[in-house]
Amino acid sequence: MKEMNTTIGKPVSRLEGFEKVTGAAKYAADHHVPGLLYGYVVNSTITKGRITKIYTREVSALPGIIEILTHENRMPTAWFDIQYADMDAPSGTVFKPLHDDKIRYNGQPIALVIAESYEQARLGAAKLRVEYDEDTQHATELKGNLERARPPKPGMAFLLKPPPPKPTGDFEKAYEEAAFRAKGEYGHSAEFHNPMELFASTVLYEGKGKLAIYSKTQGTINDQTFVANVFGLKYKNVKVIAPYVGGAFGSGLRPQYQLYLAVMAALQLQRHVRVVLDRSQMFTFGHRPQTLMQMRISADGDGKVTGLNHEGYGETSAYEDYSEILVKWAPMLYPAANTLLKYNLVPLDVATPLDMRAPGGSTAFHAIECTMDQLAYQLNMDPLGLRIKNYSEADPLENKPFTSKELKACYLQGAAKFGWYGRKPEPRSMRRGNKLVGYGMATGMWDAMQMPARVEAKITPDGKLHIKSAITDIGTGTFTVMTQIAAEQFGMAMEDVIFDYGNSKLPFAPIQGGSFSTSTVGVGVVNASKALKKMLLKLAKKVSAEFKNAEVGTVTFVGGEIIYNGHALSFIKLVAANGDKPIHTKNMGYPHALKLRKYAMATHSAAFVEVEVDEDLGVATVTRALTAVAAGRIINPKTARSQILGGMVWGISKALREEALLDPAIGKYVNQNLAEYHLPVHADIKGLDVIFVEEQDQLINELGTKGVGEIGVVAITPAIANAVYHATGKRINDLPIHFDKLL
Amino acid sequence: MNDFEYRLAATTTEAQQQFSSSRRSSYVAGGTNLIDLLKYNLADADLLVDINQTQATSIEELAGGGVRISALMTNADTAYHPLIEKRYPLLSKAILAGASAQIRNMATNGGNLLQRTRCYYFYDAASPCNKRNPGSGCPALTGQNRMMAILGASGHCIAVFPSDMCVALAALEAVILTNGPAGERMVKFGDFHRLPGEHPELDNILQPGEIITAIELPGEGFAANYSYLKIRDRSSYAFALVSVATAFELENGIIKKARIALGGVAHKPWRVNEAEGNLIGKAVNKDTLGAAADMILKGAIGLEHNSFKIELAKRAIIRNGLTALKPELQLPGAQPADTSML
Ligand SMILES: Cc1cc2nc3c(=O)[nH]c(=O)nc-3n(C[C@H](O)[C@H](O)[C@H](O)COP(=O)(O)OP(=O)(O)OC[C@H]3O[C@@H](n4cnc5c(N)ncnc54)[C@H](O)[C@@H]3O)c2cc1C
Repeated sequence: MKEMNTTIGKPVSRLEGFEKVTGAAKYAADHHVPGLLYGYVVNSTITKGRITKIYTREVSALPGIIEILTHENRMPTAWFDIQYADMDAPSGTVFKPLHDDKIRYNGQPIALVIAESYEQARLGAAKLRVEYDEDTQHATELKGNLERARPPKPGMAFLLKPPPPKPTGDFEKAYEEAAFRAKGEYGHSAEFHNPMELFASTVLYEGKGKLAIYSKTQGTINDQTFVANVFGLKYKNVKVIAPYVGGAFGSGLRPQYQLYLAVMAALQLQRHVRVVLDRSQMFTFGHRPQTLMQMRISADGDGKVTGLNHEGYGETSAYEDYSEILVKWAPMLYPAANTLLKYNLVPLDVATPLDMRAPGGSTAFHAIECTMDQLAYQLNMDPLGLRIKNYSEADPLENKPFTSKELKACYLQGAAKFGWYGRKPEPRSMRRGNKLVGYGMATGMWDAMQMPARVEAKITPDGKLHIKSAITDIGTGTFTVMTQIAAEQFGMAMEDVIFDYGNSKLPFAPIQGGSFSTSTVGVGVVNASKALKKMLLKLAKKVSAEFKNAEVGTVTFVGGEIIYNGHALSFIKLVAANGDKPIHTKNMGYPHALKLRKYAMATHSAAFVEVEVDEDLGVATVTRALTAVAAGRIINPKTARSQILGGMVWGISKALREEALLDPAIGKYVNQNLAEYHLPVHADIKGLDVIFVEEQDQLINELGTKGVGEIGVVAITPAIANAVYHATGKRINDLPIHFDKLL
Repeated sequence: MNDFEYRLAATTTEAQQQFSSSRRSSYVAGGTNLIDLLKYNLADADLLVDINQTQATSIEELAGGGVRISALMTNADTAYHPLIEKRYPLLSKAILAGASAQIRNMATNGGNLLQRTRCYYFYDAASPCNKRNPGSGCPALTGQNRMMAILGASGHCIAVFPSDMCVALAALEAVILTNGPAGERMVKFGDFHRLPGEHPELDNILQPGEIITAIELPGEGFAANYSYLKIRDRSSYAFALVSVATAFELENGIIKKARIALGGVAHKPWRVNEAEGNLIGKAVNKDTLGAAADMILKGAIGLEHNSFKIELAKRAIIRNGLTALKPELQLPGAQPADTSML
């Protein structure tokens, strides 16, 4: 009999790691087929107005040019706006590339030049002369246009992103009468998606109305239904394939314009077409919105929070209402009798913003946790002590218990490992040579969500287990983690489990976002495994008399065998007995919505940061940082740690590095390249540490998982800002904190 | 990017002949700047003449104690050459504070002298720019000007010259050797790059078809007391917002010779002889360096987003001057050194 082999909880290396580091992994732009055509996108150079003329004739005459698609010669697409709505579409009217002559934002795609080679297409795109009737009365800057602010329009998006909770108590009065008050105004510019893999779609034209599409996406089925709906194709005739995705972070939650244009070109020309965006074009679609927030917190003499006021302004486009639930978080974390929460959108002449890693949360906690820090100084309290003083086991606003909440363990274990208690409380009190040293901490939260998903489980004649789902693996480790979960269900070695994913033909999975994929598909795997086990048992009973009295609860599954009372039957034998026909089942995994209505669900984190700031020159460096995370059960500590590390690097970037420079006179971000849009480099990243605290959650789902994709970015940015204050005595609330703000 | 013809020249003369065979020709060395400019449609050429094989890439010792560095040697080979590391460590440090290891392995010394500004508007083909398209205007004046010049700018252009290597070359008083249609020339480093004035399209005094063949350094390398400091928006792989190359010749702690050059502040590396002369006979300390800094920054003009550079440059001059007393305090990437124990 074989040994039980547990794989959940093991730090298994990424199964596709070898393919990725050797270049064998094929991404969306790596699929070559004979006769492939190349499309290059032309973007608007004005911000608002109309196209009056496109001089296509000169470009058509260039060598290799096949076609130039514009609003004037494009094929017809779906009639109704609703047909363009993808799974992540906010309320409003989805932007349709090449739809008409109207320019809605700077960088809007206005033509696709298609040629025999990439270089020819690129040259054609560069040479395409466009005349515009420009409207110079455009508005692109959030701060200068707050008078346009209004609440988000209601719509389907309210289901996942409801408006802020109603006021409780009387905040203004509480604030007025409070013993201690802290307030601040916080903001950041847009942040642009720059995953390593550029956006690309390779569309294979497989006969009339039939397409196979290799695309960069976070949702194969999302892209499939979008393409079918927009271009009037049958669902079964559109296949979207994305086994490898080189990072996405929210950018692939919606079909981007390269997909739309590549499909249009393939259908119109009846040819295979690839469209790849270049790096500067990564700055021409969804992004984390410019945001401005006001935060006020009041406390009594003991440091108990009495009032919370969080007001936020987010940028959106003129055609869709992208909203983030910016202001819901503070009252979920700190109990306060008086709350006042407001959220407004400012429509501008920009592309619709888009979810980016911990959308809303990473922005909100900057305001919440920096204001709490300020309050701690006023109270003369340890910032960590203030958090513990206001700790709540339940969600205070809704008065619901959490399914689990080990934030206190994050605080205590994190503080101990970091050495928080060595901190001298006064600002500017610690130094190393001519560098001021500061310690800062902050709390983070993120949703623990789960969506429905369907999973197929199958045993083939070789006794191997196949698990199938349309889900992608955007670099998070989904492939590895799902294989681990499946192996665990059957006590099998991971080598005997084949996880088939990243293809819209496979059973339904939602878009991969919100940190919900592990729970969503994982529970699907558990349910399909359960069903498959029943089928195997039934067969075993048929095959062997020894299994006559066996029940689901009394058999075990180990190493490709079903075992009862000392008798083992291999899966190979079972399939053979089934006439060599694979044994398979498809099942849904879904959240226990009814039961969970009584609970609040969230992941938590605490970040601790040390910074050094050069006293004369203002240069700030994160010398070490630690994030302690409570995220339920960790399936794979190695890939989970990578998620948190990546989030921490991102947080350092937000706090100290990346800044999109908008020129409102032109309506354009002027540093649209990675030389000037400063993402951190190795030299910016010193010691990073991650702790996963033990958090058992029997309620949340069959696996006890909460997801780790986003929580790592939430707390680190405010922790850095707080450490900079501790080091320098300066509160810089506008991100990033560049050295000149500290001179 | 246009289709272009590519020719590999064997000698300087052959390169010049090929160059003159088209009106839209360009020399290419490492290609790390030119190819980007072609791809972004900021430069346009139908013929690239590769000059990498027109000479042996080496460093020669000169009779007077100086050295002659091939213009076609890579930045990396130059920085790590034992002669440079030992006698001109300021040059070594400045080169290594620039770009990335990969780029320095490709980039040549001649190309480094001729790299173009990184001004956002210069880099955007859709934007007006007097440097790229004379007479079209300069949106940087009222736009995003964080990286722009505070010294020597004109109403036509406020771009800065982005090189690190050249800041050290300015401090070391290098001489540029060229070979052009009018024969060979030797140009003092300070005369090589131009201020924008009415003609920002001209970065330097090199004539069409003229080739930089070598860079000569005088015997004095300031190996005992020197430092390079670079301040930027990330710790590596970013251009300077302010950089300083400082070199002293000291006798019993008293300055006999001083060189201070600023990068990231003007259309060329910025030196003020008067400030350097004024340091002679004095000790190196915060006050003397501060006085020099005030002289160097006299006339500096800050714009909406870059006035911080004035104060920053002053502080950087002081810090880097102190570091030059103990060059071993310098940190990788020319990050600010800790001089608190001095
Ligand atoms: C992302 C990035 C970051 C960078 N960061 C920095 C930095 O921090 N600091 C810094 O100093 N530099 C930096 N650089 C610039 C880099 O140093 C230059 O690109 C490089 O030095 C250019 O040398 P090259 O040989 O590649 O020149 P090329 O690109 O080959 O040529 C540049 C120009 O010089 C001409 N040319 C070249 N050699 C000669 C010659 N001998 N005679 C006449 N004409 C010639 C060419 O015709 C062309 O016009 C960076 C570059 C990049 C791309």
